[in-house]
Amino acid sequence: MLENALRGGKRYWGWIAVLLAVIFLGFLAYLRQYGYGLGITGLSRDVTWGFYIAQFTFLVGVAASAVMVVLPYYLHDYKAFGKITILGEFLAVASVVMCMTFIFVDMGQPLRILNVFLHPSPRSLMFWDTISLGGYLVLNVIISHVTLGAERKSVAPPRWIRPVIILSIPWAISIHTVTAFLYSGLAARPFWMTAILAPRFLASAFSSGPALLILFCLILRRFTRFDAGDKPIQKLAEIVTYAMAINVFFVLVELFTALYSNIPHDTSHFAYLFLGLNGKNALMPWMWGSAVLAVGSLILLFNPATRHRTATLVVACCAVFASIWIDKGLGMVVTGFIPSPLEAVTEYSPTLPELLISAGVYGVGLLLITGLYKIALSVRRELAA
Amino acid sequence: MSVDRRRFLKIAGLTTLAVASGSARKALTADAADSTMATPPSPPLTAQRWAMVVDIRKCLAAGDCRDCTLACHRVHNVPDFGNPKDEIKWIWQEPFERVFADQEYEHLEEALKHAGVPVLCNHCDNPPCVRVCPTGSTWKRETDGIVMMDWHRCIGCRYCVAACPYGSRSFNWRDPRPFIKELEPEFPTRMRGVVEKCTFCEERLARGKPLACVEACKHKALTFGDLEDPDSEVRALLREGFAIRRRPSLGTQPEVYYKL
Ligand code: SF4
Ligand code: SF4
Repeated sequence: MLENALRGGKRYWGWIAVLLAVIFLGFLAYLRQYGYGLGITGLSRDVTWGFYIAQFTFLVGVAASAVMVVLPYYLHDYKAFGKITILGEFLAVASVVMCMTFIFVDMGQPLRILNVFLHPSPRSLMFWDTISLGGYLVLNVIISHVTLGAERKSVAPPRWIRPVIILSIPWAISIHTVTAFLYSGLAARPFWMTAILAPRFLASAFSSGPALLILFCLILRRFTRFDAGDKPIQKLAEIVTYAMAINVFFVLVELFTALYSNIPHDTSHFAYLFLGLNGKNALMPWMWGSAVLAVGSLILLFNPATRHRTATLVVACCAVFASIWIDKGLGMVVTGFIPSPLEAVTEYSPTLPELLISAGVYGVGLLLITGLYKIALSVRRELAA
Repeated sequence: MSVDRRRFLKIAGLTTLAVASGSARKALTADAADSTMATPPSPPLTAQRWAMVVDIRKCLAAGDCRDCTLACHRVHNVPDFGNPKDEIKWIWQEPFERVFADQEYEHLEEALKHAGVPVLCNHCDNPPCVRVCPTGSTWKRETDGIVMMDWHRCIGCRYCVAACPYGSRSFNWRDPRPFIKELEPEFPTRMRGVVEKCTFCEERLARGKPLACVEACKHKALTFGDLEDPDSEVRALLREGFAIRRRPSLGTQPEVYYKL
């Protein structure tokens, strides 16, 4: 099957070349970081986690969202998703690989990372996060390999794969839940210490991930001969709609609890995000942008006319994706550190090497997605021919 | 620990030699006795629960005294980068209103409000930094409650920094060695990419020496001792008047007390 990823036209190879260039640049930037240390990033004593960890958190959501196609297809026998479950699973594989790479580039002593297994500390949520992410990757690789292989031979997948698939459903929920627990169990950071963080993460995942999948389906329809069909795309759009609505609701619930109770420790973080604190307000325009995108996307999604039209659906999906990326990929992590426990308002912004490295990691993910989708589509094409 | 081992090896070596050459035994043991007399062996200082009491009034009276910080940072090879971004701190001053944000109220005595209060790792009895560390690099010594660090095992994930409610931990964003003003050969330097903090001078306690900060404080504002010993100085101070701890509501049980 793998050989299919190595065949393609000019446009395919052009795209691959672009990705390789981005990855190469990221790699060069990483070498510099490796030589100098994490001081090359915008992080400081007060804000110790930044862009890398935020991207990790966001991508865990994208990975978990595969469950939104796997679950209806396998558990409720929703046939329309038959053509795209494999796309969801491959998206999960690529996202988990990106998550792991982001964690890796964030380590102060990357060569020691095996210490997590050599000296396992089950009291630490990071241990469980490693287990759940690794397990999810293995599950999805096995499932997609076996089901696609069976499809290629035009036989039914072996029976033993079904329990594995069923297991992958709660497992997907677990990866984002454990990632939320990583944050929400810390008394030191009131911004994260909220019981609703895991549900919030899931709601945002189940909107941003399927939104991305819709965009991928539409891109494939445009540039390849693969057509997912309108029915699954519209079904995904409905999932995006409700998940996004729940996500917005959860955010409002958080705002209410923090602002109405008026406990300074809780309100100050939100104040920083939306109004600025001590004159520091780098995230403010982003967060308002995210809010506007969220509301705008909901208007487009709830209105059947705009949801059914491809052009407006694309806009809505981009808005959902961007809104949640800003929320998780920019706001959520650093704001836990602003203000610090000693009430210092130290701002953070990623540096150029940090951005290049991040782009490189995204490049790796896109390269994986491209290759994997190519394989899936080639198998389909062979069957059709 | 390494110092202990070195001393042990020295003594063990001398003993072997002495046993091996019977006739030279007397001379050698005399030698050994001489050399130990030059640096009298002090027994390690031990306690069931180490704790510190900081007398804020004395710090306030001392103005902008920084003796504790200077002494600690010198003996522990804490680098000085000269910029807040890379900064590493073990013990330092913060304004009272920030250290005790929960205790701040409008008519708090003006002088106190902005007074510099020394802060350091609280060696919490229930330390969140230990709970979150994925590799056991941060751990609590059961014998005396000191929260220790293993710089050779730390992967630099900085989870402990996120978990510490007191901002007590620093991270080596870059190689600290070129930024150490005066190298203290007795204490290890750190490599980049690991976390560090105050360790209650466990290396000095092992040699029977008091904490560097306590020793350096001319104003006797810092007192160190065994919390479990009713006759200790720290217990006497705590009996004498009211003392507060940082963010007690979090249940971390900090073992640095501040006397007002
Ligand atoms: S003060 Fe912070 S670093 Fe020190 S033991 Fe407590 S939680 Fe850990
Ligand atoms: S930075 Fe080091 S000490 Fe802190 S949690 Fe990670 S491994 Fe443990």
